[in-house]
Amino acid sequence: MLNIANISKTFNPGTVNEKKAITGLSLHLAPGDFVTIIGSNGAGKSTLFNAIAGSFLTDSGSIVLDGQDITFLPEFKRAKSIGRLFQDPMRGSAPGMSIEENLALAAGSGGWFSHMGQKDRMRFRDKLALLDMGLEDRMRQPVGLLSGGQRQALTLLMATMMPPKLLLLDEHTAALDPGTAEKVLKLTRDIVAEHHITTMMVTHNMKQALDLGSRTLMMAGGNIVLDVSGQERSGMTVDGLLRRFKAGTGKDLDNDRILLSE
Amino acid sequence: MDLPALLAVGQTALELGLICSLTVLALFLSYSMLNVCDLSTDGCFTLGAAVGAVVAAAGHPLLSIPAAMLAGMCSGLVTALLQTKFGIDSLLSGIIVNTGLYSVNIAVMSGSAQINLNKSGTVFTMVKDLLAGTPLVGQSTTVVAGAAVILTVAFLTFFLNTRLGLAIRATGNNPDMVRSSSINPVFTTIVGLCVANTFTGLSGCLMAQSQKMSEINIGSGMVTIALASLLIGSTLLGRGGIFTRAVGMVVGAFIFRLVYAVALRLDVLPAFMLKLISSVIVALAIALPYLKAQWPTISRRLSYRSASRGGN
Repeated sequence: MLNIANISKTFNPGTVNEKKAITGLSLHLAPGDFVTIIGSNGAGKSTLFNAIAGSFLTDSGSIVLDGQDITFLPEFKRAKSIGRLFQDPMRGSAPGMSIEENLALAAGSGGWFSHMGQKDRMRFRDKLALLDMGLEDRMRQPVGLLSGGQRQALTLLMATMMPPKLLLLDEHTAALDPGTAEKVLKLTRDIVAEHHITTMMVTHNMKQALDLGSRTLMMAGGNIVLDVSGQERSGMTVDGLLRRFKAGTGKDLDNDRILLSE
Repeated sequence: MDLPALLAVGQTALELGLICSLTVLALFLSYSMLNVCDLSTDGCFTLGAAVGAVVAAAGHPLLSIPAAMLAGMCSGLVTALLQTKFGIDSLLSGIIVNTGLYSVNIAVMSGSAQINLNKSGTVFTMVKDLLAGTPLVGQSTTVVAGAAVILTVAFLTFFLNTRLGLAIRATGNNPDMVRSSSINPVFTTIVGLCVANTFTGLSGCLMAQSQKMSEINIGSGMVTIALASLLIGSTLLGRGGIFTRAVGMVVGAFIFRLVYAVALRLDVLPAFMLKLISSVIVALAIALPYLKAQWPTISRRLSYRSASRGGN
């Protein structure tokens, strides 16, 4: 589904602030893969997501999504097949527009001059009811009135309204309180499973990284240093994962926000 | 002031309010929706006036309307391209276009700073002829401007609820969201500014023809006057759907003109004060909510200072 071949990205090249954010990274994802990603501060996790989503163009290498070479495709064109959630729940929806208007924008059905019809509203209502947050009765209210958790759940709905080929989750539950985070995570799991969406999720929760999905990547120094899946992964504990990280990089996992257990 | 005089003042305010509300609706799209303060409005208004007057003077009053709208759209396109494709700050691109339009406008009026339409037919005289014999014959300005405003409000209500309209609103409302979505902000900004300036051009065209003359300064200060009306309108009818808010823009334009016309009539203010008043309204309307939010800090600082002075 996703084929990343030897991509690199250096910020501020040739200056004192030069930062090699990604160094010759390659990755292959099969359709339906659910990959969790952990790593130290500045390991390149968000840079990798930015590179895939097209926030910037890479310095070298190529990115192919579902057979289409997207290496030089602008961000808004990639967004048709890549859904993305950020840590900041305010980032994914327009606060001055109503819930149904935000959903209509994300639904992407019809041409530029199409209007939201009764059928669309019914569909949005059904989808919102799945969130179990009472949003289906507030469809005409501005999104700015929702809580962070409600907005992140809405953003998740918007990102998967037209199931994307690839879903990028960048610590999308990290800014939420534990109860809401749990709820949004469950929704994520359900939606991803229902549509078999290929998913990559950055997390700082080690247990979550092993519990969720089918494959775990560890990043350090702008590359993937550990890639576990299958049998090896199912028997792995947080301690075991940390030991493997140290064995691979010669360093302890250094992330000031890492959660070693629940 | 006796009743007929009052009615006459109201009539003038209504006519001017309706014509200018088209510019207010343009800013409703660019300023309130797209979050771009389009400083080319003055020049674009004059461009609409100049193009409309030239075409009307050439004997095509009906054609003058689409011509002025098209001219406005082109002006909006240039402003939009400068800020989206050439990396020029949005305020600066408006100023650049505004300055450039001064020369363009004089060129359109064949090198003169004024065009007189006293002997030419205008859309207003055409409608006046059509209305001959009906009770509305004296109201041709109100009828034409009113029809233009109704059509514009209807169009904006339709347009801003289409998928394209929603995309334009999102571009102004949450640029972060749009940047990582499938909406191309360059495209939505260009469309938004083109449509907005189409209405500014129409507004200028109707203004020139209702006054039976176009001159190079007809649009000067228009952006501030329109912003003042916009802010009055959104205070009154700022909540609710697009239709309610668009109607609020028209109401705001009318109230602004009415208050000003009454003040003028009562000799409270000389005519040249119009621009200062609109500046003060805009400054106050934007500053007050800010100061209100700052007030707890300010009052704490003041009480802290007076307490420490008391301690000495």
